[in-house]
Amino acid sequence: MLASDVLVAQNVGFAIIAVIMVIGALRVVTTKNVVHAALWLVVVLAGAAAQYILLAAEFLAVTQVMVYIGAVMVLFLFGTMLTRAQIGAEKDLNNKNGIIGLPIAVLLLATMLIALNDGFKAEKLSADAPLVSTQQVSDQIFGIYLLPFWALSFVLLAAAIGAIVLARRD
Amino acid sequence: MNAVLFASDLPYWLQSIFRVLGGLVAVLLPAGTVVYLFLFKMLSFMQSRLGPMEAGPYGSMQLFAEVGKWLQKEDIVPANAQPEARIFKMAPLIVLASTFLLVVVVPFGPDALFTDFETGIFYALAVSSISVLGILIAGWASANKYSLLGGLRAAGQLVAYELPMVLAVIGVVIQAGTMNLQQIVVAQNTGSMFGWDGIGNPYVLTQFVAFIIFMISVQAELSQTPFDMPIAESELVSGYMTEYSGFRFLIFFIGEFATAGVFAMIASILFLGGWGVPFAWFGWTTIDSVDNWMNFAGPLILFAKMMALVFFIMWIRFSSPRLREDQLQRFAWKVLIPISLVNIMLTAVLKVAF
Repeated sequence: MLASDVLVAQNVGFAIIAVIMVIGALRVVTTKNVVHAALWLVVVLAGAAAQYILLAAEFLAVTQVMVYIGAVMVLFLFGTMLTRAQIGAEKDLNNKNGIIGLPIAVLLLATMLIALNDGFKAEKLSADAPLVSTQQVSDQIFGIYLLPFWALSFVLLAAAIGAIVLARRD
Repeated sequence: MNAVLFASDLPYWLQSIFRVLGGLVAVLLPAGTVVYLFLFKMLSFMQSRLGPMEAGPYGSMQLFAEVGKWLQKEDIVPANAQPEARIFKMAPLIVLASTFLLVVVVPFGPDALFTDFETGIFYALAVSSISVLGILIAGWASANKYSLLGGLRAAGQLVAYELPMVLAVIGVVIQAGTMNLQQIVVAQNTGSMFGWDGIGNPYVLTQFVAFIIFMISVQAELSQTPFDMPIAESELVSGYMTEYSGFRFLIFFIGEFATAGVFAMIASILFLGGWGVPFAWFGWTTIDSVDNWMNFAGPLILFAKMMALVFFIMWIRFSSPRLREDQLQRFAWKVLIPISLVNIMLTAVLKVAF
């Protein structure tokens, strides 16, 4: 491989962000406080957004920040703070079913590795691949993928209506 | 483009230093001006008093005295919050970081910009929601029920008013056909109304409903009266800021007014034509033909428009009573969001029709 083929800065950036993400993900499950777990999850999600930026997928990165950090994590924190978030370490956060999670996690990882390996083989993203603009993304969503997009919106609509029905008292 | 202000032939590290300094100026200068002109002077005049007069001519150095005062105060972490001292100390920094991230996409002139981000306005809306995180954990880590209530109220309010803000912006994005703030500025200044290009086509005329909704949402996002439930001093002491002192309180304070300035900049870019003057005045046709002096005049024009908008924000802040929590939520969900949805539909129909 020629030296000019290797994108040094990108690889170094990827490695740094990846290490931060792995540490964050481990801390999510090992920390002794619900709010701390949520904040470590913010680190992981922000890391994912940063990886998208490295891939020049601006729109996806911004969507990641908007949806996951701006909405989902705020709702997580809001919910936990409204109900049970105490200050300092909590004792009964771990339950015994944690052991079952291990084989499932390994299974998921194996599935993903096999699927990715099968799908892309030795294919490489060339360094001068054309950038995908936001306009192209939206043309795809509202063109070829219109039907799946509608189906997804109906799922979300059903969830929203369900939440309203559950929350209404009368 | 013409000779460049932040010349691209400078080494990367020098460009970065310029960008950092520029960002500091773009955040702190509006914040300082807003605090002195509006919070110190305009509020005083509205209450028939003079305001600060001792420090410097007409009290113009008062700001530095205040900053000095806050910086030398002790940095206190309450005893109950000791287990969470790190998070308690981090919270104000997250709020300020969101402001600095926000200013990154604001264009100040044809070449005077930090980055030409393709999804500019979408990015701005996304990073502005990061400040909610800081406010929430500030309220929680203070280990104080007033702070927690204030933090929760702030989160509920900011999430509720972010929706009409995003929906109002969509009208502008549909009309301009781009999310890039620089191109939105160009689209307004090269536009024409019924063939007359004397004032371009500022979207405040065609998107007036969106402009009003956007400004109301900005007022709520900044938790200025009448939307200041999170820091309602008669009920919650000072909400999520109650336990903060010294420079961490100062950071919250700077964050509030700097964000007001940056949001007003974004509003003037979206609706008032941003840094530009109607290009027809000087015979420019595209962004490339804009003369180089606009890199120096542009920031001043943007600053003037920003001050005009902040004036309205502060005017309403100083002269309105506070909404009740349920009224505030009802106003967002039942009034603003339906109106902005109708606005999007109308804009889309008209865009296709013309």
